[in-house]
Amino acid sequence: MAEEPLVRWDWIGRNWPNIQGLLVDHVVMALVPVVIGLLIALPLGLAGARWRWLYQPTVGVMNVIYSLPSLAVFIVLIPITGLATRETVMVPLTFYAMAVLIPAVVDGLTSVPDHVRQSAVAMGFTPLRRLLRVELPIAVPVVLAGLRVAAVSSISLVSVGALVGRGGLGYLFIDGWQRQFYTPIVVGIVLTVALAAAADLLLVLAQRLLTPWSRARRTA
Amino acid sequence: MNWVIDFFTNPDNWSGPDGIPTRLLEHLEFSGISLLLAMLIALPLGLWIGHTGKGALFAILSANAARALPTLGLLVLIVLLMGVGTIVPVLIPLVALAVPPILVNTYEGIRNVDPDLRDAAYGMGLRGGQVLGRVLVPTALPLIMLGLRVAAIQVVSTATVAAYVGLGGLGRFIVDGLATKDFPSTIGGAVLVALLALIVQLGFGLVQRFLVSPGVSQRLTIR
Repeated sequence: MAEEPLVRWDWIGRNWPNIQGLLVDHVVMALVPVVIGLLIALPLGLAGARWRWLYQPTVGVMNVIYSLPSLAVFIVLIPITGLATRETVMVPLTFYAMAVLIPAVVDGLTSVPDHVRQSAVAMGFTPLRRLLRVELPIAVPVVLAGLRVAAVSSISLVSVGALVGRGGLGYLFIDGWQRQFYTPIVVGIVLTVALAAAADLLLVLAQRLLTPWSRARRTA
Repeated sequence: MNWVIDFFTNPDNWSGPDGIPTRLLEHLEFSGISLLLAMLIALPLGLWIGHTGKGALFAILSANAARALPTLGLLVLIVLLMGVGTIVPVLIPLVALAVPPILVNTYEGIRNVDPDLRDAAYGMGLRGGQVLGRVLVPTALPLIMLGLRVAAIQVVSTATVAAYVGLGGLGRFIVDGLATKDFPSTIGGAVLVALLALIVQLGFGLVQRFLVSPGVSQRLTIR
């Protein structure tokens, strides 16, 4: 065991097609929940920013959901969504993403300065146009900051699903543990971190594209 | 649902080395020690970076990278490398999990204190350390507490995974239940971990009410 190297490159070469499949599965299970979570969080966040009395209870419920351990939720869901299915992993991850994104959307929208909103009204913007052309663009940096946290934690949480039979790259941890073999574990950790870094980088780039004014201000 | 009731009403589950009290204590031991170690590392570092502004970018970038580390992978790798003689192999991934939220929130909390407040404290003749201790930390406390709460919840949730590599804690009910197809035990363990996480969440809320100055939490309205 002592002579076992941390990484056996030939194993990676021979198993690359398998690893690729796990990687794709991992990406789907991690990112679909974030996208669905965002689609649900946008209207709920709008409602929360518009009717403040709605916001506190929503955040309370989301905090409770967020504190539920992922493994516990996966297991409770098995009778409903099935053992080793993508859904068992994706349903809780969607709720975790919502728990991060709803406050981000509300904070983003309430960060719009009042005089900006009033200028838009004075310029004759209808409420919908004001929302789409003024308020949402100003909220972008805060929402994207939430999106970065949601994406990275989603990517790292998927692997826990391996304990209930479907964990993308997490399968490599189980495989390595059962065979007392380092290489799959190292590959799994490296790929998970690389995936998270790539998602984070893409979101930072998206922010630069979506908010050109923040760069203009800095160079001026 | 009946399974869960059976699990909790079975007296065998309430005593002995496999009983709920023993497993709960083990769980609290892993979680408590990990959180304490993480606080010892992250709190001073976060205060120092927030106060001096040195190394902020590096600390935040590495904290974000650490967030992406999959705990299960880290755990199995460390246990394979070190063996399961002690609880140290469990503590390393749990500490790695708890440091980022504490560090980032402490730093952000200190850095986001109104600069006027900081200047006023210096103007009153306080020294750097006094400004930090008497003005910046009390003002930043809600955010620092948020970081601690997030870290505590994540550690309590994730300590469950320790059972997979043969260690104790509430995760034993889940992992053993899955292995032996004893579904009541699995669900019962899941319910216990979820309850513990909720209690931690509520506990931190209460502690925060006592620790945070009424002026900062705006429970005291200045007229």
